[in-house]
Formats: sequence, structure tokens, C-alpha cells
Amino acid sequence: MSNKVIHVLYNDDDILMDAVKQTRAAHHHIEEIYTPFPVHGLDKAMGLAPTRIAICSFLYGLVGLSIATAMLRYIMIVDWPQDIGGKPSFSFIQNMPAFVPVMFEMTVFFAAHLMVITFYMRSKLWPFKEAENPDVRTTDDHFLMEVSVHGDVDQMVSFFENTGAVEVKVIEKH
Amino acid sequence: MYTFSSRLKTFSFILMIVGVLGIGYSFFTAPKDINDVEAILADQHGHHGDAHAEAADHHEAKDAHVQTADHSEAAHAEASHDAHGHAADAHGADAHNDEHHAHLEHVLHQLQNKPWAAVYVAALFFMLIALGALAFYAIQNAASAGWSPVVFRVMEGISAYLIPGAIIVFVLLVLGVMGTHHLFIWMDDEVVAHDHLIQGKSGYLNGTFFLIRAVIFMGGWILYRQYARKNSLAQDEANDNSYYKKNFKASAAFLVFFIVSESIMSWDWIMSVDPHWFSTLFGWYVFASFVVSAVTVIAMVTLYLKSKGYLEYVNTSHIHDLAKFMFGFSVFWTYLWFSQFMLIWYADIPEEITYFITRINDYNLPFFGMVVMNFVFPVLILINTDFKRLSWIVVMAGIIILCGHYIDFFNMIMPATVGDQWFIGAGEIGAILFFMGLFIFVVFSSIAKAPLLAKRNPLIEESKHFHY
Repeated sequence: MSNKVIHVLYNDDDILMDAVKQTRAAHHHIEEIYTPFPVHGLDKAMGLAPTRIAICSFLYGLVGLSIATAMLRYIMIVDWPQDIGGKPSFSFIQNMPAFVPVMFEMTVFFAAHLMVITFYMRSKLWPFKEAENPDVRTTDDHFLMEVSVHGDVDQMVSFFENTGAVEVKVIEKH
Repeated sequence: MYTFSSRLKTFSFILMIVGVLGIGYSFFTAPKDINDVEAILADQHGHHGDAHAEAADHHEAKDAHVQTADHSEAAHAEASHDAHGHAADAHGADAHNDEHHAHLEHVLHQLQNKPWAAVYVAALFFMLIALGALAFYAIQNAASAGWSPVVFRVMEGISAYLIPGAIIVFVLLVLGVMGTHHLFIWMDDEVVAHDHLIQGKSGYLNGTFFLIRAVIFMGGWILYRQYARKNSLAQDEANDNSYYKKNFKASAAFLVFFIVSESIMSWDWIMSVDPHWFSTLFGWYVFASFVVSAVTVIAMVTLYLKSKGYLEYVNTSHIHDLAKFMFGFSVFWTYLWFSQFMLIWYADIPEEITYFITRINDYNLPFFGMVVMNFVFPVLILINTDFKRLSWIVVMAGIIILCGHYIDFFNMIMPATVGDQWFIGAGEIGAILFFMGLFIFVVFSSIAKAPLLAKRNPLIEESKHFHY
């Protein structure tokens, strides 16, 4: 089986959106779309599943809150309950207001940083990673849609030429 | 065009009638003199009551002293203690009897304040909801918000309650200055004569100046409300945007006036029930409390009208935005509540900390319960994007938030006026029902007076197609 793909280039996001809708209607499988900036509504038009990163972040926040609570309770109440300026250190709840700023910041810290790291891992981004850019123009002013080839190649090429493309290429993928 | 449904009108009248009955009952059952108080206290304390009754007959002064101290507030207990020291003297019994008498006097004042405080809290709460809706409306205008013009008429309708609401609050303030009720202790010349702290503040806290400030603030708010409403209706029929521009300028000017007057208003009408106590961020705290209630009411009225099919262009994105404001302002309120509490708790300066000691000792459940209702619940429910688009979730969260912020105002007023004699009974619930009925009647009458879509607002098209 050949692993040919078609690279269709556009120079306008509105044309791209229309092309995506036509492509989906014609049941061609869109592998990937490369754009120089976020195109509002593109994920919906492509039918991508919504992100779950907010749910991750919420859970990370709970982790941060738990760690802060456990840490402060152990250090300030259990391990060495000193009298520091008359603050009551007999139980956690008695001295809780003084811990809230730390608990809040730890919640935000964990929620933010772990979410960012999750994003990097899920999007496979790291320093020295080799860029996966099929065409340098897509970082500047062009939009590229990559479609997997099935059936008649010529028919597909003519279909994409009619969607307002500025360039259609058939590429052999390794 | 909305027509005020006769069922809702009947409902609002029923609320008002039931409310008046509740308020009337609480005034009727308030104790008239010390003997009534003695009976009530005997009733409250069950078997302790016997010893208590004997105290009145000058018997077993020492025993009764313990009883008295039991249900005295901290300061009073100290005073009793002094009296106990004198008990060894020949005049011990007399001295103690005076103390007991003073205690009964004190409880009598608290119980007589109770129905007034119930009415005052509810009147203030509903008036501030209307004021919050007006401030939110002014912000939307001054910020040229593109999403909200489809709900402008709802906000204008809610702000209509400001006029009757402000008049009622003003009447209550005038009655206070006249000495009909004793919610504001600094209005009592007898008290001020013996209180150096209040004397030092009397340049600011005196009846005349107090009422002048109230007139200026309420007058300013009502003036902007009427002017903005008039321009908003005139813009519907206009050929250019001149009325819109007038409203833009008026809103910006109003917001400047509002933030100054709101801050002073909160010192005058709320903080001054505790004239010995002060807090710098109090104005912001009060603002956060009523603006979140106002946004909640806007969302709930919008959902009601939408469910009746009157708001064609309101979609789930508008509801989503309102729910986001509910969420955001809830967190903002909590931030200010905690900042005020934690700063005072941490430093623990006696003159400030008494404010929270009375609340934590006598109002433990309402004081911490409202944090759960106003923070924990909305944060957990409204953090979800999908939930913010569901009507029933927004309404349910809204009811909790409104109840929570009523308790917030209850916590601000009651400890200084009724102390540990508080109870959410006929008077309090009656007052809420009465003002809720009046609020519903005024708001929906006002909404019925104009089309629900601001036709020629320059941002109305954007708002109609608003999608998030």
C-alpha cells in the first residue's frame, strides 16, 4: 500500500475553512492542518475531540492543595508545634488562616506547571526537537492541509484544486 | 413586548402579604419591657430559669450572679465580675441587682432591635441588588461590551427597584435618626455622652450629615438610572447614535460617582452599626457581595424571560457569560472576605478583633456557612464550562449564592444590633418575602413597559450573534 499524501496550500483562512467543510463532506480523511496562527473554529470544522487539559489542570490543583495542606500540617502542627508570636498551633484548623496563602499558591503552581508539562508531553514538544514543518511558508502566510490518498489520485487532485487552493502537491511519505 | 403575567403578579402580592404578616408578628411579639425579657430568658434557659427568677427577688445573689454571667456577653461578664467583687460589701446585693437590671435592659434593647434589624437587612439587601445591577449596566455601557446589549432591558428593569428600595431604606434611616429604632447606637445621645470613641467620630457620624449623605448618594444613583433608561428608550426611535453617546458618557461619570458613594455608603449604613470598629477594605467587600447577587439576579430573570419565550436572541453563550461573572465575582468576594478576616485575625489587635470574635462565637454557623455557600459551592459547580450553559445549574447555583449573600448582610448587621439574640424566624423570613414580592412586582412591571430588545443600540447586532 502506498503512503501517498496530498498537500493542499491555501492563502486565506476563510477559504481554508470552506475547503475543510467540503473535504469532510466528500469523506476525504484530513491527516493534519498547518496554520501560521490559530484559526477560530477550525477544530470544530475538522471534527476534533475537545481537549481534556482543563480537567487535568483541576486534578493537578487538587494535588497541589493536598501537598500544601499535608506539608504545613506536618511541619507547623505535628513535627514541632512552636509558639511563634502567639499563633495557636494546637490543631491545623486553629492556625489555618495563616496557611491559606501558601495553600492557594501551591494549588495554582501545581495546576499551572503540571498542565503546561502535560501540554508539552501530549503535543510532543521539547528543546532540540526536530521541526515537523512540511512547508516553511506555513509559519508565515500559508495554510496547508494534508490529506491521505485513497482511490483515484488525479480525481482527488482536481477536487482540491476546485476548493480554492493555491497549490496542490502529491507527496510520498516515509 | 413582555406582558406581566397575572400569575406572577398574584405571586408577588402573596409574598408581600405573607411578608407583612411575618414582620407584623415579629413587631407584635417583641418584648415591651424588662418583665417580658425576664420571662423570655427564663423560657430560653429552661431549668436555669428558676434561679434566674429568684435573682429578681434579691435572693441568693451569688448563685444568680453565675447565672447572669452565663448569658451575658463578654464585656458584660467582666462588669458582673466587678460587681461580684463588691458583693462582700454591705451593698453587694444592691450592686448585683443593678448589674442584673442592666443585663435585662441590654437584652431588651437587642430583642426590640430584632424586628427592625430584620427589615433593615432585607431592605438593604434588595436595594443593593438593584444598585449592583445598575453598576453592572454602567460597566457594560462604558466598556462598550458587545455581548450584553440583548440583556440591557433586563438590567434596566432590575435597576427600577432602586427607586422604591432606596426610599424604603431612606425612611428606615430617618426613623433611626428620629429615635424610633436603635439600630445605630451612635444616634443615641445618651450613649454618645459616655463614649469618647464615638464622640471623636461625631463630626462624621451625626444625624444631619448622615441623612444629607444618604440623599446625595441615593439621588445620584436614581438620577443616573432614570437618565440612562430615558436615553436607552430614546435611542430605539432615534436616527443617529447621539443618545448612545450620551449614555456612554453618563455611565463613565456614574461609575466614578458610584465607587466613591458606594464606599461611603458602606461605612454609613453598614459599618456604622459597629461604631467602634473600622476596616479599610469594607467598601469593596460590600460591593463584591451585592454585585455578585445582582449578576445572579440578572441571570435568573433572563432565564425566566427566556423560558417564557420573550428573549429571542439570548442564547447559551449569554448565559455562559453571566455565569462566568457569577463565578468570578464569587471568588472576588471570597478574596476580600478572607483578606479582611485574615489580616485582622493575624494581627489580633483587640479593637479590631472583637468584630470577628462576636461573629465566631455567636454566629458560628452563619459566619462560616456563608463561606461555603458563597465560595465552595459556586467554585465547584460553576467551574465547568458545560454546566455554565445549563439553565437549571445556573438557577440552582444562583439560589445558593443569593441565600449566601443574604446571610452575609445578616452577619454584617445583626451582631451589632441583636447580638446573641439572633434567630432566622418570622421577622427575618417575613422581611425577605415582603421585599422579594415588592422586588418582583417592581422589576417585572418595569420590564413590561418597554420592548425587551434595545433596537438601535450600535452593538445590538454583535450581541444578537454573540457566540462563545
